Amino acid sequence: MSLDSVVIVGAGHGGVQVAISLRQEGFRGRIVLVNDEPGLPYQRPPLSKAYLLGKINATAMLFRPETFYADQRIELVHDRVAAIDRQNRRVMLDSGSALDFGHLVLATGAHNRPLNVPGSTLSGIFGIKTKADADLLSPLVKQARNVVVIGAGFIGLEFAAVAAAEGAAVEVLELGDRPMARAVSPQMSELFRAAHQGWGVKFNFRTGLAELEGEDGKVSAVTTSDGRRLPAELVVYGIGVIPNVQLALEAGLDIDNGIRVNSSLLTSDPHISALGDVAAFPCVQNGENLTRLESVQNAVDQGKLIAARLVGKPTPYTALPWFWTDQGNLKLQIAGLSIGADNYVTLGDAAAQQLSVLCFRGEELIAVESCNRPGDHVFARKILARPPALTPAAAAAPDFDLKAWEAANRP
Amino acid sequence: MPTITFIEHNGTRHEVHAEVGQSAMQAATFAGVPGIPGDCGGACACASCHAYVDEAWVERFAPAEGTEYDMLENVVERQPTSRLTCQLVVGADMDGLTLRLPAAQF
Repeated sequence: MSLDSVVIVGAGHGGVQVAISLRQEGFRGRIVLVNDEPGLPYQRPPLSKAYLLGKINATAMLFRPETFYADQRIELVHDRVAAIDRQNRRVMLDSGSALDFGHLVLATGAHNRPLNVPGSTLSGIFGIKTKADADLLSPLVKQARNVVVIGAGFIGLEFAAVAAAEGAAVEVLELGDRPMARAVSPQMSELFRAAHQGWGVKFNFRTGLAELEGEDGKVSAVTTSDGRRLPAELVVYGIGVIPNVQLALEAGLDIDNGIRVNSSLLTSDPHISALGDVAAFPCVQNGENLTRLESVQNAVDQGKLIAARLVGKPTPYTALPWFWTDQGNLKLQIAGLSIGADNYVTLGDAAAQQLSVLCFRGEELIAVESCNRPGDHVFARKILARPPALTPAAAAAPDFDLKAWEAANRP
Repeated sequence: MPTITFIEHNGTRHEVHAEVGQSAMQAATFAGVPGIPGDCGGACACASCHAYVDEAWVERFAPAEGTEYDMLENVVERQPTSRLTCQLVVGADMDGLTLRLPAAQF
């Protein structure tokens, strides 16, 4: 019997992409998108930058207007899934109703790792995950004079750049010894450290958060792990996320730092797929190790792949990961995964804030980080997506140019 | 509400009603035009909204610069009229704008 219905849990990039791609692929059955947030599905990346700065409005963040879902017969259900009944292929909703599924897609995403120090429940303390978070935060960042950011990852630094641009004094606490240490090379970290310092952001590396102090229920200061007290009317944290695996766990699906899926993005139940931030998949760019990636590209490409499989066009997931972050005047674009990189070649000029870092593991090019060199990023994605591989020696030659190399080595 | 025509590489035409102030990319994605994924949502980060502006309309837009220019230099099938449509803001006087899509994005 052919597939008659697909229920998708979660309406972020991955969930919405499955619905859109299913219709583009010609699927005629029922599509239900279960969204536990109010309003139409929207894109999260602007929440910590363009939307917070007021550069774009809420409509510009929507994936699609309301009419699109109606026209495409994509049912939007505002509810939460309470449980998965695998035996009867049915999900139970908080409202008490239930949805039968031919196939279920878990696109449940992740939630912010919470602060767990005394004072964490004071007001004026924010993670940034939803539009509601950004709407509460937006007026406060314009007023705040002293802002403390916990964590120097993408989200924390995007926000730090916004707060500094709004005129606040910004202190960043980071347990590691450089910005974005998990994600980028030391050379790229250094460029961003210098840029943020130029905007007035103060870094406190190897420094944790000990306590949050408040007055009248509102945060007023931060105590660092080395005993210093920093005034703060506003605290924003970005200290990683935790995949939303609870539903899958309770349903007995295999979990391994996320919902475990195979190279087709199927869970341990052949009637259930998982994708995006919540899915741990065998990643070809990471030696087939189970990997969980938190990015738009990963969610979108995995959504397309699942939709294609559901209409009878299965392929293994091999898409090249890429990422971006906008901080102040800096646009960082990353192609590939730099896990295990041990050799770096740089192009451009860090002092001019135009730098590409080619990341090698041994002789193998595994990632390219480009700051304000978007042309390099485009070529990096082409070069990394197929052989022949660029060697460190070739890249280190004087006058080396990615574009020329790509043209000369095109298959 | 200006109407923009998107023409897919295979000749399929899509007449799209755009909002003034919206980007041409968003007008296309909102209408479900195939061939413009616009994956990054208009952040000028992914180069997946490449299109060719009809000759008659090229001069109506400020030329590509900065990030858009650099990415365009390197997309497939670059032409003098190439633009990233996330950077084209729809004006009230743009009724009839025609954008043609390349065979493949990126």
